[in-house]
Amino acid sequence: MSQSAADVLARSELEPLERPRFRAVPYLLEMQAELLQTWRQPSFSIPTLLFPAMFYFFFGIVFGQSNGYSSYLLATYGAFGVIGTALFGFGVSVAVARESGEMLLKRVAPVPPGAFLAGKMTSSLVFSGLVLAELFGLAAIFGGVRFERGEWIGLAAALLLGSLPFAALGLAIGTYASGNGAPAIINLIYLPTAFLSGLWIPIQVLPEFLQKLAVVLPPYHLSQLALGVVGRSVGQPVALHVGVLLAMTAVCLLVAARGFRR
Amino acid sequence: MSSQALDISGRGLGGASARPPVAQLVDVSKHYGSVRALDGLSLDVHRGEVLALLGPNGAGKTTAISLLLGLLRPDGGAATVFGLDPRSIEVRTRLGAMLQVSGLAPTLTVRETLQLYRSYYPRPASLRFLVELADLGELLDRRTDALSGGQLQRLMLGLAMAGDPELVFLDEPSAGMDLESRRRLWQSVRDVASAGRSVLLTTHHLEEADALADRVAVIHRGTLIAEGTPTEIEASVSGRRISCVTSIDLARLRAIGGVNRVERRGAATEIFTARAEDVLRQLFDLDPGLSALEVGGAGLEQAFLALTRDDQDQERAA
Repeated sequence: MSQSAADVLARSELEPLERPRFRAVPYLLEMQAELLQTWRQPSFSIPTLLFPAMFYFFFGIVFGQSNGYSSYLLATYGAFGVIGTALFGFGVSVAVARESGEMLLKRVAPVPPGAFLAGKMTSSLVFSGLVLAELFGLAAIFGGVRFERGEWIGLAAALLLGSLPFAALGLAIGTYASGNGAPAIINLIYLPTAFLSGLWIPIQVLPEFLQKLAVVLPPYHLSQLALGVVGRSVGQPVALHVGVLLAMTAVCLLVAARGFRR
Repeated sequence: MSSQALDISGRGLGGASARPPVAQLVDVSKHYGSVRALDGLSLDVHRGEVLALLGPNGAGKTTAISLLLGLLRPDGGAATVFGLDPRSIEVRTRLGAMLQVSGLAPTLTVRETLQLYRSYYPRPASLRFLVELADLGELLDRRTDALSGGQLQRLMLGLAMAGDPELVFLDEPSAGMDLESRRRLWQSVRDVASAGRSVLLTTHHLEEADALADRVAVIHRGTLIAEGTPTEIEASVSGRRISCVTSIDLARLRAIGGVNRVERRGAATEIFTARAEDVLRQLFDLDPGLSALEVGGAGLEQAFLALTRDDQDQERAA
């Protein structure tokens, strides 16, 4: 039964190709590969999965429960968690893939254009989902947070969808940064803007000029969308938040597209 | 379809050159800033042949491959594969490439990586075939970051063949391999070639070109300086190699009239010359105790050195 390599090669399979049809297999395998890859990289998966939950536990539950901030901070630490997952998931992995030549191999192989992004997006959303499950569990069990079922679902949906603009930002960073530089650049953007957007401590606690400044920061808008679902936003129009996030997505995708063409 | 099938078996029938080449560079030039990487290079890869693009480092070999892969655009001239723009999806579907990168997801296993790359192609080679061809049987469940250099190169060859391509580019395939791994890789390349797949191989090892190629194109500083079978290239430069064990020092040997090059190989000394008889006479005069004498053809290596002589001189001057 065993054929030699030369036998198999000798088969003639050189008839002209039909027009390429959509095939789901590369998409599925690319998604699976991205998930496995992320999961097997503890230096990424452990901080991603533990930090938001740890921060929420300290600030939202240990400190927040007495002053009623557990549910408020669930929304903002949820935003903190999914933003970090998206930024690091996209930014670092794209930068590393560019540097190692993986991107080059995928450009040479006929990888369907959408499969690469679909894989990374799936992995980012699955990990964001895990982060949210941890936070929701902590909130419900230890934080005494009580929401309607619709509010839980709405909050998760707003945060997961809202993570995508930050995936685009990560992609834009990843197309320019080096593999070693990407984490530093991302942290430099991620941590200060998280604080200034009121993700760590409620925005109302910040000095007034910082509250005004926050309007230019995309994480602020995601957190306000999430807070809106549970009735705790500052009351600006949803269209403003969505508009800012969409604008950032468009700019980042343009930058990334330019970067890929280089 | 039947004519396509004939094409494969057309190898060796002398028909290859009558057909349109599977890959072609026509008078291409390419600059990187002020550096001229390719300067009016023309090159045909015929169906079913193994063409070795041979040249010293920096000769423009990788640039030539990159143009044929559509990764670079030529400044002048044209690059086509199967008569099409190399960037087209059809070309990429019918082509495989092993490049000088090791860019693989480090935590995936060999099996997962092969399956992923197979999935990109509408009619992939079977996993069993790839495993046999690239000799990956014992490595299937190993993570790619746990592979040795030679094992990684074999996996790269497997990935290049994942789509059962008609044409394969191998850019310095045995770079960094030990002798044993190199021989195994060569056998794999021969398997690919013996079934009529076309192969374009770049190398700066003459031994590799000699062992694998039907035809050799020597490029130097971005231009083609010689083209032919390994034997033709060798014959184009007359010369002899004298090997002996002698106490004469290298500087003295180099001073003998007609000596092109002198090298120590272990205990032996190798002298390359176009005037073997004159040189031998002087050697015996200088060292009556000279032993282990051999005189032979200079081989492809000497031909190659002669062809790229000015480069060698420059390196020596530097």
